[in-house]
Amino acid sequence: MEFPKDIKYTREHEWVREDGDTVVVGITDYAQDALGDVVYVELPQEGGSVTKDEPFGVVESVKAVSDLYAPISGTVVEVNDAIVDSPEVINEDPYGDAWMVKVRPGNPDEIEDLLTADEYQKYIEEEK
Amino acid sequence: MGEKAEKTAIERFKSEPLIFERSSKGRAGVLPPAPDVPSVCPEDVLPAGFLRGDIEGFPEVSEGDCVRHYTRLSQMNIGVDSAMYPLGSCTMKYNPKVNEDTSRLSGFSALHPYQPEELCQGALGLMHELEGYLCEISGMDAVTLQGAAGAQGELCGLLMAGAYFRAKGRPRLKVLIPDTAHGTNPASSSLAGFSVVRVASGSDGVIHPEDVKKLMDRDTAALLLTNPNTLGLFEENIMEIADIVHSKGGLLYCDGANMNALMGIMKLGDMGVDLVQMNLHKTFSTPHGGGGPGSGPLGVKKALVPYLPVPRIRKKGRRFALDFNKKKSIGRLKAFYGHFSIMVRAYTYIRLMGYRGLRRASEMAVLNANYMKERLKKSYHLPFDRTCMHECVLSDRLQTPKGVTTLDIAKRLIDYGFHPPTIYFPFLVQGAMMIEPTETEGVETLDDFMEAMEAIAKEAEENPRLLKDAPHTTRISRVDETWAAREPVLRWTGEKLKIHSGCSKSSRCKASRSEE
Amino acid sequence: MKKSRGFPYIPHTEEDIRRMCRAVGVGSVDELLDIFPAGLRLKGPLNLPDGLSEQEVKGLLEKISAGNSTTADYSSFLGAGAYNHYIPSAIDRIISRSEFYTSYTPYQPEVSQGTLQAIFEYQTLICQMTGMEVSNASLYDGASATAEAVLMARRITAKKKVILSSALHPEYRQVARTYLSGAGDGIEEVFYCTEKGTTLPEAVKAVMDNDTACLVVQHPNFFGCCEDVAALADIVHEKKALLIVTVTEPLSLGILRPPGETGCDIVAGEAQSFGIPLNYGGPHLGFMATGGRNSRQMPGRIVGQTIDRKGARSFCLTMATREQHIRREKATSNICTNQGLNALACAVYLALLGKGGLVELARLNLSKAHYLKERLAAVGVKTAFSSPFFNEFVIETEEPAKQPASTASQPSSTERFLKTLLKKGIIGGLSLKRFYPSLDRHVLVTATEMNSKEEIDGYAAVVADVFLKA
Repeated sequence: MEFPKDIKYTREHEWVREDGDTVVVGITDYAQDALGDVVYVELPQEGGSVTKDEPFGVVESVKAVSDLYAPISGTVVEVNDAIVDSPEVINEDPYGDAWMVKVRPGNPDEIEDLLTADEYQKYIEEEK
Repeated sequence: MGEKAEKTAIERFKSEPLIFERSSKGRAGVLPPAPDVPSVCPEDVLPAGFLRGDIEGFPEVSEGDCVRHYTRLSQMNIGVDSAMYPLGSCTMKYNPKVNEDTSRLSGFSALHPYQPEELCQGALGLMHELEGYLCEISGMDAVTLQGAAGAQGELCGLLMAGAYFRAKGRPRLKVLIPDTAHGTNPASSSLAGFSVVRVASGSDGVIHPEDVKKLMDRDTAALLLTNPNTLGLFEENIMEIADIVHSKGGLLYCDGANMNALMGIMKLGDMGVDLVQMNLHKTFSTPHGGGGPGSGPLGVKKALVPYLPVPRIRKKGRRFALDFNKKKSIGRLKAFYGHFSIMVRAYTYIRLMGYRGLRRASEMAVLNANYMKERLKKSYHLPFDRTCMHECVLSDRLQTPKGVTTLDIAKRLIDYGFHPPTIYFPFLVQGAMMIEPTETEGVETLDDFMEAMEAIAKEAEENPRLLKDAPHTTRISRVDETWAAREPVLRWTGEKLKIHSGCSKSSRCKASRSEE
Repeated sequence: MKKSRGFPYIPHTEEDIRRMCRAVGVGSVDELLDIFPAGLRLKGPLNLPDGLSEQEVKGLLEKISAGNSTTADYSSFLGAGAYNHYIPSAIDRIISRSEFYTSYTPYQPEVSQGTLQAIFEYQTLICQMTGMEVSNASLYDGASATAEAVLMARRITAKKKVILSSALHPEYRQVARTYLSGAGDGIEEVFYCTEKGTTLPEAVKAVMDNDTACLVVQHPNFFGCCEDVAALADIVHEKKALLIVTVTEPLSLGILRPPGETGCDIVAGEAQSFGIPLNYGGPHLGFMATGGRNSRQMPGRIVGQTIDRKGARSFCLTMATREQHIRREKATSNICTNQGLNALACAVYLALLGKGGLVELARLNLSKAHYLKERLAAVGVKTAFSSPFFNEFVIETEEPAKQPASTASQPSSTERFLKTLLKKGIIGGLSLKRFYPSLDRHVLVTATEMNSKEEIDGYAAVVADVFLKA
């Protein structure tokens, strides 16, 4: 299982990558593996706002469903519609093609609160 | 016959086309009688805009074709009559055949719900008597038969709990639900307007009074308990828990889905339970019908009687009447009076069994489950090793190191001629297999089942592939549920089956894992 | 206590029990039950009758059933949400196949293809009948299907207010109120046109606002009148609300334009007409169908097509994440057990009847009801509403002027009307007074293929007699 060092993580198993003045959000390798084959994703509208620790979407496998929690607050500037049509990408490339939304942070400091790869890895070890 | 032709013919035999694909223009399976009154043209009595055109694709088959089609479909099913069906928490007991005859008597089946009461005295009397029997078995003060199934009975109970507190002038908005509960418990609660607070089970698989004490307050309407719980364990602290709930003015609701362990041995009403729904299609031998219809009566204690749904059946002297006038009632739960023909089956069963038969049923259900548990724990992980009630829960922990999961074990059981148990429930046990033999299986059948389970445990060690590819003996091989969910095809449209190789391949290799 | 004679549904012999107890490590079943707190164990037997033989029980039930008189004994003109239709023999033969009726919900698709394929066919048939894109695998009855449709409309629109036509089956309205009482009712009812018997578009317009989730109308409505669904759809959609059409007599869809073609968003209803006995009101068959984009908001089970590992067509339950066993308190509904076997009966019924038979039977019902109306008119009975109808309509049992000042102790004219008919072996219809106080001399009458010309003539003759004497 991969945990790239250049991104941040949440305890709800989302990842966050800084990209200029926006951040890219997706779900981790661990999350996609725990869910199994993803069959459905529901993402917010472009232009909408998300609130830290509040649900902003849903991801479903055949027999499990999980809310997506916003790692930070801000405005949704772009949504990855490709994964809505081909949710299997989430299993295949969780950190790449399967990014979910790009958010312009309301408070960039919130990124500092997120976990590093090492911290996240340690957290999921304890979860097990 | 050429090899290819032979293969096609066998394929054709193995699958059954859809009824629409069996259709040919101009065929008919049943004819309406010729009109004995002047024919009215729809165009003459209805505006043109109200009339429909052709129903494209609607079937046209002969009676013989139709009967063969559905007979062949039936042969692709397993029922309780074909094999042991140890589906945990579903109580798949044998359904006495006479139930089917009595419920089809024309005096019952041809009865219209709006006939004058004087023509329905037999039916009303039967319902009244059945209410009484269910009160006696559960230890409650009154029963409504309106619930169409367990979940609707449960919704009824929760709506009544809501009304009860509203009438007291202090509405309560929360309910407590253990983590082992059936999914209907939280779903019905939220439908009834309650927010759900989860109660964790102890390491011994039951709920502990101190955990309830911490969560129970004067905003909590009820604790929803399943007893015996879905681990097949008796909630032994129930009296103490009931006291805690009652001391805060709350109600104890019991999901009676597992009542098959208790008949004639204990009464839920004696354990401080205020409301309980019963499932006639589980405990009282009415058939499951491939998913229903069931029936979910609700029993309540005296304080809740005013809130029962209308109509109530009232006895006036020797006559029975429907009473619609109950001021505090939550209203009507269902059109008409409930699933009457299911009630007839349950009534038939209770009269066949009598008080001794019902007690015997529960005793043997408990004995059967313990008999299986004692032997199977040698080849499968048993998370809670204590006397169980009518069912026991095993897990795949001993098999997972070989890559074999509960799903594989379940599918392999099919090859041995058994319906699999309930799998991956309760969530508390990872890779759960919930086995409920019921009392109608004799010791030889139980032995056969356990031999199959043991053989599978051995196969898991020696030849895991055999399990991963199971079932091998059914007309179709393992079904790709991922594909169904990714590209939903929910009706026939005349289009040929499209197989996207890429998609099916990716989901195929993970098909087993998706259920874990 | 009498010596036990054995239990036909419990195979255990005393020897089996001893052997099993030994294996479990207890001396007796009683010892096994010692895990129960002693104070809770019942001291004596249940206060129930002793068991009986099959022969005795069958005799007993025959006796109880003989205490009823049914539509088989009387000429019945009752409908109002439960219809007396002929049920072809093949249906009971098929649903009595124990592989169908003794199986559970098809959780294991490899051993449930029969049930799954039959439900897939049922879903398709419901879509074809209603003109909608997706159907679920059934709901309890028309009333709960309507209530579930309302909840679904609230989820889709994220709005609260619900408008029910007062010409929707009164019991369905009551059930909707019960179902919604937990979530703060928010229901308003709009009156029907007293002349036409249909939902008043002006009344709908007056109560529709931007917070309205849906309007529910029945078609044909409770009075048997056909609603102008397309016109109502326009009013509803203007406020971005959904139109729910409830159908209690789906046979009408053999000739009526399906709701899916007239702007309906969700069709909910009752399909008891399709091969299911009256059964004193249940079990019947709730159905629901909608547009494809709403499928994830549907309650209940859904069967989908898929493939097995060898690429062969097969079927399984799908989109289960909507359901209670996975989504728990966030599920689209609490429903678990549904009406599986009745959905099968419905599929077999429609397959047997076929395209031609369905249209022919619908026309026959139309003809019977119109003949009944004509015969009653000939003896001076007025029809209450002017709208076109399918197989039921409302009659007035007496001229208003002739109505005596009724007192509580005196039976009303309607009661006398129905009692007179009953004495002649005719169940004359449903008195509407209990549901609509203003319709206190009105009776809803229904005629189907089960009502022969002779029966209809007989009805008119008795009525003529009553009216002449009055």
